[in-house]
Amino acid sequence: MGSITLRHVSKTFGEAKVIPDINLEINDGEFVVFVGPSGCGKSTLLRLIAGLEDVSGGQILINGKEVTAAAPAARGLAMVFQSYALYPHMTVRNNIGFPLKMAKMDKAAIDKKVEAAANVLNLTDYLERRPSQLSGGQRQRVAIGRAIVREPSAFLFDEPLSNLDAALRGTMRLEISDLHNQLKTTMVYVTHDQIEAMTMADKIVVLNRGNIEQVGSPLELYKSPRNLFVAGFIGSPRMNFIEGAYAQSRNAKTVGVRPEHLILSKESGLWTGTVTVAEHLGADTFLHANVDGFGPITARVDGEFGVKHGDRVYMTPDESKLHRFDDKGLALGNAVVAA
Amino acid sequence: MATQNTKTLARLMMAPSVLLLLVWMIVPLAMTLWFSFQNYNLLDPSSDGFAGFFNYEFFYTDPAFFQSIWNTLVIVGGVLLITVVGGIAIGLLLDQPIFGQGIVRILVISPFFVMPPVAALIWKNLIMHPGYGVFADIANLLGLQPVDWFAQYPLFSIVIIVAWQWLPFATLILLTALQSLDSEQKEAAEMDGANFFNRFIYLVLPHLARSITVVILIQTIFLLGVYAEILVTTNGGPGYASTNIAFLIYRTALLGYDVGGASAGGIIAVILANIVAIFLMRAVGKNLDR
Ligand SMILES: Nc1ncnc2c1ncn2[C@@H]1O[C@H](COP(=O)(O)OP(=O)(O)O)[C@@H](O)[C@H]1O
Ligand SMILES: [Mg+2]
Repeated sequence: MGSITLRHVSKTFGEAKVIPDINLEINDGEFVVFVGPSGCGKSTLLRLIAGLEDVSGGQILINGKEVTAAAPAARGLAMVFQSYALYPHMTVRNNIGFPLKMAKMDKAAIDKKVEAAANVLNLTDYLERRPSQLSGGQRQRVAIGRAIVREPSAFLFDEPLSNLDAALRGTMRLEISDLHNQLKTTMVYVTHDQIEAMTMADKIVVLNRGNIEQVGSPLELYKSPRNLFVAGFIGSPRMNFIEGAYAQSRNAKTVGVRPEHLILSKESGLWTGTVTVAEHLGADTFLHANVDGFGPITARVDGEFGVKHGDRVYMTPDESKLHRFDDKGLALGNAVVAA
Repeated sequence: MATQNTKTLARLMMAPSVLLLLVWMIVPLAMTLWFSFQNYNLLDPSSDGFAGFFNYEFFYTDPAFFQSIWNTLVIVGGVLLITVVGGIAIGLLLDQPIFGQGIVRILVISPFFVMPPVAALIWKNLIMHPGYGVFADIANLLGLQPVDWFAQYPLFSIVIIVAWQWLPFATLILLTALQSLDSEQKEAAEMDGANFFNRFIYLVLPHLARSITVVILIQTIFLLGVYAEILVTTNGGPGYASTNIAFLIYRTALLGYDVGGASAGGIIAVILANIVAIFLMRAVGKNLDR
């Protein structure tokens, strides 16, 4: 059991209103990712749920029980911190067993649980080491182990992978997803990296300046972003935004087209542009081109599409996948009036 | 300092300062050692020359000798206990966000800037004096007999005064250590269900180990030679109740005019200090590694 409900939760630090008013429902067993740019209040929101900060207003319910004023330890949640926050003078065994020791569990039972967790996380050979003798990925796993043994009703992760190198981040992403599939415990995961959000989440919560911009599954957010912010934030490379005559001809203030929804050609097309940079990734190439009329556009093309800096290219947007936004930046729906 | 080349260079560069320190230490030590085997009494210049172990025997058979060693250890131990425990306690308090934090911190540090004889005189005449000291006033207010601190508890009074002087030092070192404790670790412990007491035992105290060691080692060096506070308050008395080794040497040298005897006492003090140092490094020195 691990459902979390936020009702009109707000948080101010002195003068600064970091979180104005948030309502959110997290269901039991869900993998929820809070994603948003740096400083938008993701960590603050997570810390409010954890009880490490007091709310300025509103209510927090865990499993239907009001915990707004409860101490962190009483909420039955476990947190994995960005810095791992391992206890440096304790061995891995004692680090993982610490919450159990605090719960006054007997020594034999602690050892059994610690060894079981170490087994799941491939830490068995490192149990007698100190955190300083471990690599970044191993430390991360110890931090996760310390969270697992408590059998919490939900896990909270605050940017757990941001201190790891790219390759390790990919591996750990899989491991955490795998862990979620095994344990089926609610996980709340904070990141500024939309790739992490897209790959891991059951449900993504997009935050901007302390407000929820949109809640939905990764594909929902990708296919029908509710506004310009979500459209620009989700998806890589970023969606292209086009204003002016073309947008007006589609009855919109702004039209958005994802790089992968542009049809490229060397002979003919709706728009003409000059390639500025071609990023060859192998299977794909990201083309950055200066389109006559409205400036820089990014397109994603097959790796075989051989162009280089200075080449002329023609592109046509896939009209069925255009995103239209009104003058307030809100989405107008995908229906397009044929031009 | 990776290569042979840089190692050699480093040794060469360090040589002058090492040499200076060595000379600085060896010359006085050698002179003291030399005098300690000489008949050298300013009141009796006619008897001079090699004295063998007479000076050592003289110092060793002094009725105050063993008591002064004991008193030295009591002062060191007592002051260390008060300053380390008190320093941690005050450090924990000062680590909390409070109004006027800067001022409070300066106030706490200030006793360290008062010179030892001045501090001791203030304690003697304004605080512990049985007639017009603050403690006496408090006792009178409560209807109690004022305590004549330096007559009744001379050694304890010295310990209190010296501890008051060293408490700021301990507090300062321990406070900086407390402030360097990672706040996410504290929060992790909080989420793991550790209450304040457990966080202190399992997280704060191990984190402080190194700083506590530094405090103990540095203070011990100075506390072995406490002298001014004794001179201006009890003058080593009553009897030898508050005489430590340093004060006994002073007595022998400047009241007894016995340079040879005092030198022998000095050598004994050096040996004693080394025994304490070895003992301390065994006990707490491992905290400095890593
Ligand atoms: N303890 C604090 N006191 C004052 N301001 C804070 C505090 N914690 C966070 N903030 C402010 O709240 C905003 C959101 O911070 P945070 O939740 O850490 O952002 P994120 O994790 O999304 O990068 C930031 O502008 C930050 O400066
Ligand atoms: Mg953050």
